[in-house]
Amino acid sequence: MNWSYTIWIPLLPFLSFVINGVLYNRLPKKLSGVIGTSALGVAALLSYLTAGRYFFGTTSAEGYQPILAWQSTWMHITDKLAIDMGVYLDPISIMMLVVVTTISFLVHLYSVGYMSEEEGRNRYFAWLGLFSFSMLGLVLAPNLVQTYMFWELVGVSSFLLIGYYYDKPSAVRAALKAFIVTRFADVFFLIGILLYSYYSGSFKFEDLNNIAAIQAANSSIPVFMGLSALTWGLMLIFVGGAGKSAMFPLHIWLPDAMEGPTPVSALIHAATMVVAGVYLVARLFPAFHGSDDGFALHVVAVVGTFSSLFAAIIAMTQMDIKRVLAFSTMSQIGYMMMGLGVSGYGEEGLGYTASMFHLFTHAAFKALLFLGAGAIIHAVHSNSLKDMGGLRKYMPMTNITFLIACLAISGVPPFAGFFSKDMILEAAYEHNKLIYFTGYITAGLTAFYMFRIYFMAFWGRNRDYDHKPHDPVWSMKIPLIVLAAGSVVLGLLPFNEWVTSDLRPLHIHFDMMMAAASVGIGVIGIITAYLLYRKPSDAPDKISHSLGFVYKTVKNKFYMDELYLGIMREVILKRIAAPVAWFDRHIVDGTMNLIGNTTVGLSKGIKRIQSGDFQVYAFGILIAVIFFVVLFNYFIPTI
Amino acid sequence: MDILTILIIIPTLTVLALIFAKGQKSYRTISAVGMGIQTVYSIYLLTRYLTERAEAGGETMLFRRTVEWFKPWNINYEIGVDGISVAMIILTAIITLTGVFVSWRVKELPKEFFVSLIVLSTGVFGFFISLDLFTMFLFYELAVIPMYLLIGIWGSGPREYAAMKLTLMLMGASALLLVGILGLYFHSPMVEGHHTFSMMAIAQAPMEHMDQLFFFPFVFVGFAVLGAMFPFHTWSPDGHASAPTAVSMLHAGVLMKMGGYGVFRVALLLMPTAAHEIGWIFMILAGGGILYGAFGALRQTDLKYINAYSSVSHLALVLFALLLMDVVSWSGSVLQMISHGLITALFFALIGMVYERTHTRDVTKMGGLLKIIPFIGMMYVMVGMASLGLPGMSGFAAELAIFVGAFQHSGTLERVLTIMAVLSIVVTAVYILRVVGKMLMGPVTNEAFKQMDKARWYEKTAAIILLACIIGIGVAPGGLYKLINESVTPLIELIQKGAL
Repeated sequence: MNWSYTIWIPLLPFLSFVINGVLYNRLPKKLSGVIGTSALGVAALLSYLTAGRYFFGTTSAEGYQPILAWQSTWMHITDKLAIDMGVYLDPISIMMLVVVTTISFLVHLYSVGYMSEEEGRNRYFAWLGLFSFSMLGLVLAPNLVQTYMFWELVGVSSFLLIGYYYDKPSAVRAALKAFIVTRFADVFFLIGILLYSYYSGSFKFEDLNNIAAIQAANSSIPVFMGLSALTWGLMLIFVGGAGKSAMFPLHIWLPDAMEGPTPVSALIHAATMVVAGVYLVARLFPAFHGSDDGFALHVVAVVGTFSSLFAAIIAMTQMDIKRVLAFSTMSQIGYMMMGLGVSGYGEEGLGYTASMFHLFTHAAFKALLFLGAGAIIHAVHSNSLKDMGGLRKYMPMTNITFLIACLAISGVPPFAGFFSKDMILEAAYEHNKLIYFTGYITAGLTAFYMFRIYFMAFWGRNRDYDHKPHDPVWSMKIPLIVLAAGSVVLGLLPFNEWVTSDLRPLHIHFDMMMAAASVGIGVIGIITAYLLYRKPSDAPDKISHSLGFVYKTVKNKFYMDELYLGIMREVILKRIAAPVAWFDRHIVDGTMNLIGNTTVGLSKGIKRIQSGDFQVYAFGILIAVIFFVVLFNYFIPTI
Repeated sequence: MDILTILIIIPTLTVLALIFAKGQKSYRTISAVGMGIQTVYSIYLLTRYLTERAEAGGETMLFRRTVEWFKPWNINYEIGVDGISVAMIILTAIITLTGVFVSWRVKELPKEFFVSLIVLSTGVFGFFISLDLFTMFLFYELAVIPMYLLIGIWGSGPREYAAMKLTLMLMGASALLLVGILGLYFHSPMVEGHHTFSMMAIAQAPMEHMDQLFFFPFVFVGFAVLGAMFPFHTWSPDGHASAPTAVSMLHAGVLMKMGGYGVFRVALLLMPTAAHEIGWIFMILAGGGILYGAFGALRQTDLKYINAYSSVSHLALVLFALLLMDVVSWSGSVLQMISHGLITALFFALIGMVYERTHTRDVTKMGGLLKIIPFIGMMYVMVGMASLGLPGMSGFAAELAIFVGAFQHSGTLERVLTIMAVLSIVVTAVYILRVVGKMLMGPVTNEAFKQMDKARWYEKTAAIILLACIIGIGVAPGGLYKLINESVTPLIELIQKGAL
């Protein structure tokens, strides 16, 4: 079968970027959105075609086979460490193709309405195109260097889009923060790549994942603190993934990233870019699993589980609707990391499939939540939950779709989130009871904070709005409807047939008790939220007041931002950069100036001797003669 | 006429034409045409080189030619190029051309300005084609002296102090270099009864072990001062801050590369044993300099100082990679020289454009410029991204090659320094983005800024040429890397043969 057309899937958004970017001011305002949307529409259709052909056309007893659909030389550093750009198709990359192109298409469509009043729309669509291109390049990468390259490019597009309102200081700060924090993580990623590829002697995924071959080729892989260099390499790579996926403690950029336009948050900071870390671990899953009995994988599980709980706790206290969703994203990505972390390989790879499944369904309902939130913000002109309430009467369509998304994320059957989340919890239960229990609690908290914002925005207090809020225009409604439909039905897809750790179908069984338990905690969360926020009351305030210090700490996100800011200002700028600058000006340059000044000083001194005064010269000669006479007569008699 | 000498003749003719020309506008037109021809010619040289390379077989240097110059000391005008020099020549031509464009509106003494600028570039071209140490040294001095005039006359701020400092430090370096070169000469093999300055001859029969150890530091430091190696870098921030735009471009873009090139061609290739044995001392200085320069840039508020320290950091990476003495690091290092030359030239060009409009280089006094001068602002963002090593731009390809090369050395010192070098890219990101955030984004801080002129055509031309090269190399570095790599490989083999 011919697959080379797949190169057009990333190239179409790239064309949209180039056209919108180069023609910038010359392009009619309406056209930029049309170009972007249609490019992504075609890319999405091509992705569906590819998915259909791959999942239904290439099955065999061996399971699915990866396909290198397209390849081009980039830089051959050495014959072994050759870097090529390529298009690598396998179940997870095709799954991501579908996710990225679909969400990106819907966000483009939504943005046509959402951004219709904005001045710099061409710039906006150019950046969206750049992002989509980079993200697709990332998921299609056949080697780790290509992954890294596009990884950085998505970081830049994220930076540009967060800073879209670049004359707003808070947006600028958020953009810089996002870039620098993820860049910091990416350095470890790069060191990890260098370290790992030094032993594997290749950047290609099939070589990197072949742990047995790497160990056979290197008789002595150094061991540091009880772990092999390979495991260290993988853990460093995971730091990069944790940075991009906003895992604790590198999550601080994500809530601030909400300064960007809301459709951007839906695309980049909910559905696609932030799951890149999960995708990266999944991409290298055999290596993670095989090295040192999966120690690195265990780290992934712990970080994921902790982040998931941590974010859920903070999400309960935030008043900005987008920030709640941002912490919710962090929490759900923690779930995905947990799923990968607890997974085995092959027949025991339930966690892997569950994690990918959750990534897939999460993309639908989280994008829906953000786009719904965008519709609300568009209608009430505020992000704060305090300015919302009773919106169900004004925005019935938004109400229903938002409710569907909330049910999906809370794990209520038969919505999509139920299936994937339940599968992750099941995998966790098999692996480690503490991880399971934490995940279980988090599921309850998730249902609570989601319905907290739902009730606060759509029910709660009825208010008098200056402008009567209303459902958005059609270009914004269609994405909501499509994603709502997805959030209902996607859970029924037979993911275990398609996306598995060893590319062969996985047999799963459905544990009724487990499912009932996780639905139970979700329902408890929903009911609590219902009791507290369904009608306006002062009960929530009383509770938070009674918690005092604890509440304040949580509300301030455990003071992580302040901690980082302190390190940046007090340690890096004041304790390192300032002394370096001082040392450079005063010691290094001072020495150079000293040499110069000494030379000048000496010459001045010598100049005075050469005065032209004959008596002084004569006196000098006399002294010299006496000196040499004494010297030769008394001290060096041998001459 | 042989193909390489034309590289000297074109700028010389341009200078002659300038001397006889009259009228404000004709100077810049002549300079632009002359340098345009030079650029086209150097690209033609590349095509000629590639075709001849395919046929040449084992020969490392092509288009070789020797003209006797001063028989008693065996000084010859000996020229020849390999892939590395060809790449450097193209770089020089492009940067000089864009430098002319950026100086389009020089008001004071335009004739003398363009004459000095092009004489400077002549010296650089001569330097890159020389295979004779004496000739090379001569061309090097030819480049340094116009630099003094250019900064002293057309500079800004405490320009005389800066010009003097720069010239004195470079002259001091030249003195060390001269000692080293004479050392190489008097220990060189005999050719027709005399010692020789020919690098090709010396490379075939390197000096005795102890002599190498003695002379290596002279040559290395002599060139490394030019490459702004810590702790001999302080001329660079002051010099750049005072220099006119085009001079900063040429200086950081090309002249500092002569340092790296000289280290490579003279110090390392002619004294490989010493490089192996005592190279580690300089490796620590260079490796430390990478982070040192980056942290130095973090605290600066003057755009030119920031970029000067950034150059210190990036060139330290070049020197560090050169000292690793393997094919990949060397190829990466040369690639980095070219990449950094383009990036820093564009940086200085843009800083000049901003300064012309705001009359300040203090970042803290600027804000929101992206809205007022979108072209310059966007270019600045892009070149900033290139400088911090964004994939798709030349800096990333070069750094990646260096890091991969450096990681093949599993010694503790190399590992630690390599990891420090990799960590520096975060610091780079911080100081670049700080400027982008303060200067370009945010609200417009100064009402007077709202009346700024948009970029003019010659400014756009210069910026687009440089950016096109940066992106071109970044998107497809394979060809350039191959060109460099094929030239480096036989040199490394030669050294290894000598070492055995």
